Amino acid sequence: MRSASQVRHGAPIFAALGDETRLRLVDKLSTTGPLSIVRLTEGEDMTRQAITKHLAVLADAGLVRGIRRGRERLWELEASPLEVARRYLDRVSQRWDAALARLARHVETDD
Amino acid sequence: MTTTTDRIEKRITLRATPARVWRALADAQEFSAWFGMALSEGFAPGKTVNGTVRYQGKTLSFTLLIERMEPERLLALRWHPFAVDPEVDYSSEPMTLVEFALAASPEGTVLTVTESGFDQIPLARRAKAFAMNDAGWAQQVENIARHVHA
Repeated sequence: MRSASQVRHGAPIFAALGDETRLRLVDKLSTTGPLSIVRLTEGEDMTRQAITKHLAVLADAGLVRGIRRGRERLWELEASPLEVARRYLDRVSQRWDAALARLARHVETDD
Repeated sequence: MTTTTDRIEKRITLRATPARVWRALADAQEFSAWFGMALSEGFAPGKTVNGTVRYQGKTLSFTLLIERMEPERLLALRWHPFAVDPEVDYSSEPMTLVEFALAASPEGTVLTVTESGFDQIPLARRAKAFAMNDAGWAQQVENIARHVHA
């Protein structure tokens, strides 16, 4: 699966999602399914052109893709919910690594 | 590589006695020191403890529900994972269960941490954790390489 292997390269994902607008776009797509640019622009304080640029960044990271349904162009989440869930767990896991490293220093350096 | 998305498990050998490790977990001041969370009061089974964390220049509030405490053996608590958005009220969302299990070993103490219940957390909320890409991150990863032998 091309999308899944792309998604496994974590860095572009983090960069792509390190932005509130793009994060909201992913939130919308993950809860509602494919949406048109008109729907994606609703509630955003931005032009369609600006939203389209954000979608392009997300598409480069393998997170969303444009599809055609009839005469309409829609955007959908390309990363599977499972992949999102796995990447999330990686972050939680890294946080625990850091916390436990601090715990080790804490209990091993006093008497 | 685990395939589950509901739980994580971490194991670390600490060169300290179970009594010492227990104190670091169960004593509010000690827990605050290494975890980086300021706690309002000490832990006791059944108690709700509030804490704050400094994150990217903001002070975030956390709620911990202490479920079980078996001295030098087990500490179990519930919290909202990655609850780092001050704009969001997490109180209505499910919590994860965090368990610290201690076992004496020749080197000191084997500590196993499990956190479970992630599949109950809304996916959109989980996606948000990707944005938590703070600058101190690279340094933390280096620290892990030096200190964690798990």
